[in-house]
Amino acid sequence: MIREPLIFEISEKGKKAFSLPELDVPANKDLLQNLTVRDEIAGFPQVSEVEIIRHFTRLSQTNHCIDVGFYPLGSCTMKYNPKINEKIASLLEFKSSHPNAPLDLVQGNLEVLKTTEEILAELTGMDAFSLQPAAGAQGELVGMMLIRAYLGERGDPRKIVLIPDSAHGTNPSSAHLCGYRVQEIKSNEKGTIDLKSLAQNMNEDVAALMITNPNTLGVFEVDIKKITEIVHAKGGFIYMDGANMNALVGICRPGDMDVDVIHLNLHKTFSTPHGGGGPGSGPVGVKRALKPYLPLPIIERKKEKYYLNFDCPKSIGKVHSFFGNYLVIVKALAYILSLGHEGLKEVSEVAVLNSNYVRKSLERDYYLKYKTPTLHECVFSDKFQRGLGVGNIDIAKRLIDFGLHPPTMSFPLIVRGALMTEPTETESKRDLDLFIDAMKQISKEVKKNPEVVKSAPHISYVRRLDETTAARNPVLRWVEKKITRKKGQNGGNYFIV
Amino acid sequence: MSYISLSDKDKKEMMAKIGISSLAELFRTIPKDIILKRELNIPSPMTELELIQLFERIAQKNRYQNFLSFLGGGAYHHVIPYIVDYLSSRGEFISPYTPYQPEVSQGTLQVIFEFQTLICQLTGMDIANASLYDGASAVAEAVLMAHRLKGKHKVLIAKTLHPHYRRVVQTYVKNLGVEIEEIRYSETGEVNLKDLKGKLDDKTSAIVTQSPNFMGIIENLKKISDLAHSVQALSIAVIAEPVSLGILEAPRKLGADIAAGEGQSLGIPLSFGGPYLGFMACNKEFIRQFPGRIAGETKDVDGNRGFVLTLSTREQFIRREHATSNICTNQAWCALRATVFLETLGKEGLKELAWQNIQKANYALERLSQINGIKRKFNGNSFNEFVIEFSGGLKKISGFLKKKGIIGGLNLGEYYPELKKCVLVCVTEMHKKDDIDRMVQALKESIKAK
Repeated sequence: MIREPLIFEISEKGKKAFSLPELDVPANKDLLQNLTVRDEIAGFPQVSEVEIIRHFTRLSQTNHCIDVGFYPLGSCTMKYNPKINEKIASLLEFKSSHPNAPLDLVQGNLEVLKTTEEILAELTGMDAFSLQPAAGAQGELVGMMLIRAYLGERGDPRKIVLIPDSAHGTNPSSAHLCGYRVQEIKSNEKGTIDLKSLAQNMNEDVAALMITNPNTLGVFEVDIKKITEIVHAKGGFIYMDGANMNALVGICRPGDMDVDVIHLNLHKTFSTPHGGGGPGSGPVGVKRALKPYLPLPIIERKKEKYYLNFDCPKSIGKVHSFFGNYLVIVKALAYILSLGHEGLKEVSEVAVLNSNYVRKSLERDYYLKYKTPTLHECVFSDKFQRGLGVGNIDIAKRLIDFGLHPPTMSFPLIVRGALMTEPTETESKRDLDLFIDAMKQISKEVKKNPEVVKSAPHISYVRRLDETTAARNPVLRWVEKKITRKKGQNGGNYFIV
Repeated sequence: MSYISLSDKDKKEMMAKIGISSLAELFRTIPKDIILKRELNIPSPMTELELIQLFERIAQKNRYQNFLSFLGGGAYHHVIPYIVDYLSSRGEFISPYTPYQPEVSQGTLQVIFEFQTLICQLTGMDIANASLYDGASAVAEAVLMAHRLKGKHKVLIAKTLHPHYRRVVQTYVKNLGVEIEEIRYSETGEVNLKDLKGKLDDKTSAIVTQSPNFMGIIENLKKISDLAHSVQALSIAVIAEPVSLGILEAPRKLGADIAAGEGQSLGIPLSFGGPYLGFMACNKEFIRQFPGRIAGETKDVDGNRGFVLTLSTREQFIRREHATSNICTNQAWCALRATVFLETLGKEGLKELAWQNIQKANYALERLSQINGIKRKFNGNSFNEFVIEFSGGLKKISGFLKKKGIIGGLNLGEYYPELKKCVLVCVTEMHKKDDIDRMVQALKESIKAK
């Protein structure tokens, strides 16, 4: 197998992959005299176009991706990303428009944004949306800020945010970044919020409860109405993390559950590609009371003309350089409109059907800590395998040998050795069966030949990587070699922190 | 359209396996009173043809693309080599998740590692992260990091930091007890050092300076950094136009401790403001307080080199409320584009790009400032943006230019009331000499026309 070097290692003086037209204005050499001009950038690459194409093409081929196969990362909603949406987002009129352009020249963009806001409000039962947050975590932060601004205006922003022990790590982190102390709420034996624990912890110092519904176990919070009552009775807000909205679109709406603030992940539920870690988009929806606090600017429409309203004295302010991840929003709108109301409901139905099919097919082979019915995802664990010396990491890595991406590992924290599995609606039965068969095969291997599982993966571009050393002796960038490379040695004098 | 891959037969078999007779049964745990009893009020499904026609119709309501534009101000129109589009549109790059399973994500991880290296090379810093959302949030994260490192309440921010970035920083720090003081600009358009010295004290965690700043002026970062260090504060250098680093000295060499900025110029289309590319780099001693994803090098069991996400004990999924940032999904695909862009331009290409920007902008500045009724506002050194002041009102002039198919620049009055007669003009390699001359001619006519 060709091991792809770093581009810096194949760089050679004089190679070029780019040129500009000749400068067509008179050059003024004196311009640089008053400036602190840099020396040559040491180590900066010099390669040919062919070398670049091969470099990135080869690198790309070492990635697993949704276009190649099953990708059941729980809570990540790895569904197929329709190609037509990429084409639409690349329309020149969208792609080439400047964010500082006079508004009469970008009415199409503003129409896209306003339409998306209105559609998301209808899908979730909320009153208004801001599309500015660039990802889910920024949406959470904005949501917390809205609550804090509202409460602060009434004299007391309060001190605490309640968060279930099954929540994503971003939840407590976002609450903290908004100046709140986090109080954890224990889950009950069904995996849902324990009402007693909630009632005990809820008081007039609590600003909000952050919930995920369905939660990270894939379980719908059946007591949602009671939960919102308990929190609202003491003047707190309900924040809903919409990461798992793929289970609910067209079925029920957070707004109808008395949720006050929600963020959505357009890169999950609405199918914009994840890009290997973004860009995402994390719109925030609110009920009427919180609307005056939404980030600036607010897009408004008057007589078929769209304009931006900056005159919102209660707004929390700006959260993005411009208007959010606009082209991601274009893709999400295209997705929503292509599916329509029927298609969106079918998405949730089939996402839940696929997940329950996987759950039913594997529940004898892999332990399910919570027997509660689940929606779009379920969380297996390695409990049956642990006694034989095989952990969830081994199972995950062995799946790679079957050409499959592993589920989310070791999350949520309330399930030891978790394998959180979310197939999404776009998978065929054949692909689901491939996964089920592979998981069953691995379960058998654990009993008969655990070594093959523990030493997996065997056929990937790299095999199991040493993450401990990576963290202990971090090598975070390449630097130019200063010593002669010894024969057979990979690399040279790297920068070590 | 539908992207479901199950046949009716599949569905039946699967429902039988689960033991249900209708799909509605799957949702039995949802209380009846919150089940939606109507259809969503959005249109019916569309075919691909209908969809593309609809969006083409909406897109045509944008008219910006028909104009000769000199807009900058945090978003820059630069050349994008075709292979940036070609490579970044590969499904293997656009459709994976964050590389949580490194054995099947080496492509993404090695690209991040190369991106980190390139950002370090450009800024002169030791370490860089995998990206942040945009320039504004990158600066906010840098301010929060400086606050964690120094624990002092005051942060000084140049008034010539992009006004949007300043507002975003304000939003981020509002609930965290950080106090922001703004530093005025001087007649040269640079940070007013006297004002800075007056406000700088031992309660200061950091000074934030953008260079080239929002007025297009290149700051004396060295002097500002020295001042910061004289009270043990950190110097945060903000780069909103990274093409400038093809020619200007790296911020680290000028004493900056943290570099944060916007990478849009590096192969990312204007896109009406997003997705863009926040970046951040700093000294290695700050690593434990550094926000965001970081890729690191390691070896696999066979001794082959590989890359992993590392130092995650700083991050939200491990540390929860004690994390250095709440960021999770970032702008990886934009970082990929920047990586391909920078590697394609290479050492010489980036330098030439910066050189052409500074030359063309200077040519435009000289031509424009010769026009009666227009003068150069600040005489500090500029890169590819500069401010001109009109003796008359701007409204008529903008209107006149627009009729000629030209957008002359960004009117600054909205951001700086004292600059209501001023326009920020941006000239890049995308402007031909003819374009510049056309604008000069149109401006002459517009002033006469009054």
